[in-house]
Amino acid sequence: MDTVYKISKAEQLNTDTFLFTINSEKVSKKARAGQIVHVKCGDEDGVLLRRPISICSVDRENGTFDIVFQIRGKGTKILSKYKAGDDIDIMGPLGQGFSLYPKHKKIIVVGGGIGIFPLLQLLKDHPAENKKAILGFRDKSCVILEKEFKQASDKLIITTDDGSYGEKGFVTDILKKELDKEPADMVFFCGPLIMMKLGVGIVKEYDIPCQVSMEQRMGCGIGACLVCVCKTKKGDDWDYTQVCKKGPVFGGDDIIFD
Amino acid sequence: MNDSINLKVNIGGLELKNPVIAASGSFGFGREYSRYFDLNRLGGIAVKGLTPLPRKGNPPPRIAETPSGILNSVGLQNPGVHEFIEKEIPFLRGFDTAIIANASGNTVEEYESMVEILSDADVDAIELNLSCPNVKEGCLSFGSSAKGVNNVVSSVKKYAKKPLIVKLTPNVTDITEIAKAAEDAGADSVSLINTILGMAIDAKTRRPILGNITGGLSGPAVKPIALRMVYQVSKAVKIPVIGMGGISNGTDAIEFLLAGASAVMIGTAGFVNPMAWVETIEGIEAYMALNHVNAVTELIGGLIV
Repeated sequence: MDTVYKISKAEQLNTDTFLFTINSEKVSKKARAGQIVHVKCGDEDGVLLRRPISICSVDRENGTFDIVFQIRGKGTKILSKYKAGDDIDIMGPLGQGFSLYPKHKKIIVVGGGIGIFPLLQLLKDHPAENKKAILGFRDKSCVILEKEFKQASDKLIITTDDGSYGEKGFVTDILKKELDKEPADMVFFCGPLIMMKLGVGIVKEYDIPCQVSMEQRMGCGIGACLVCVCKTKKGDDWDYTQVCKKGPVFGGDDIIFD
Repeated sequence: MNDSINLKVNIGGLELKNPVIAASGSFGFGREYSRYFDLNRLGGIAVKGLTPLPRKGNPPPRIAETPSGILNSVGLQNPGVHEFIEKEIPFLRGFDTAIIANASGNTVEEYESMVEILSDADVDAIELNLSCPNVKEGCLSFGSSAKGVNNVVSSVKKYAKKPLIVKLTPNVTDITEIAKAAEDAGADSVSLINTILGMAIDAKTRRPILGNITGGLSGPAVKPIALRMVYQVSKAVKIPVIGMGGISNGTDAIEFLLAGASAVMIGTAGFVNPMAWVETIEGIEAYMALNHVNAVTELIGGLIV
């Protein structure tokens, strides 16, 4: 099976975050914003499982796609050592991406930390007339892909927890301010669970629909092993649903945030 | 495939065209992997562990990576035996591969009822799960003592109209005692090992990584333990043994056959390499061709000591 592709560019974005551009006609042709790829890191240090990484952007003309990841453990540490020209073993694209509706004229994307990446391709692909991006980072040193997000949106607001860059505070507070000024047709969230939980609560007050991209420790990546579940509504009941297959993007209303 | 090579095995009345089976819990009901390879290649599929009623399973996270292994704590999430019969068997019957229904229950009565229901369903064998480490009731509470295993297996035996495989836990002092109890009670074969109970802790947060605190260890890390247990059990019982635990390729599978297994199951390896099952079959064939082995049965228990 053809799952080994070449890395055409490997770039370090800050102390622990890396961007790979990968040559793959198949992935770039099929990928939709919000989908993931399941990456084999190598088996040094007893690392076994693949790592799910969201697709950050896609160049359909040139047959490449970008992934961005942060070193968070042994697997991503091994991955960070890959160089341009290396082969990389990838399954994907996998899962359900964001749903983009052409009737939506005003959209807002809200991202936190390493959750911002899948929102870039969403902004590029969405036909809306007015696209806002609200991105939150811990501090100035963590701010990445600012230029790319600026290009892909009509308005970019960056926040940092400590105020060292952009506005000081949380993205959810900024979202509230923006919604007070002007409503939106759809809001997209990707980031820490607590941010998404607060965000879903906020847009509900304004009666605006939203989509969230969930993250969970993953096994097979295709829905067979049932390990990467999140809690979802099912009529009056609830169920555990596979993030890899039925997600990672869900309707904000479908998720039960405990 | 080399025509002179015979991969057929008989596991206590269950005929398999080759000795490679997808292990229960790793393969769902085959739908997902059917997009990656031709399920007709497999000797059999042991489906996701079934219970009388649907089960939601344990809270996430349900997986933690450990050195050369994984811990899982899924907890038998499944749609229930009736939905399996109605929706999944017709799909699986579209392929020329044995269907092995993995069955669990909370009580002896539930195990009896599962075996009765599945005996009338279109499956080729029933694998009695007496070894899931991730549920509070049933399973391990029966499977961890010879008395418990004898009790369940002899109780279900009268309802079994299909070959009965008993899946054993490694979380016991002497697995041969458990295997003998299964054999005495009428098991047609045993499969081992289920996962080894373990846990993982995040020192940073001072919390367990798994939502269920403990989980079952699988993957290459458990292979030496599994090989040892397959070796011991195959010496202790006359019924066939299905071996599993950390098998990732043809060489691993050959080692289990030599240790005494008549067939092998593969699970975790598929998460890393979706072609692991097919490549293992090809690896067994290549080994046989290289070593002039005509029938795979010649390898079973062929360890030179």
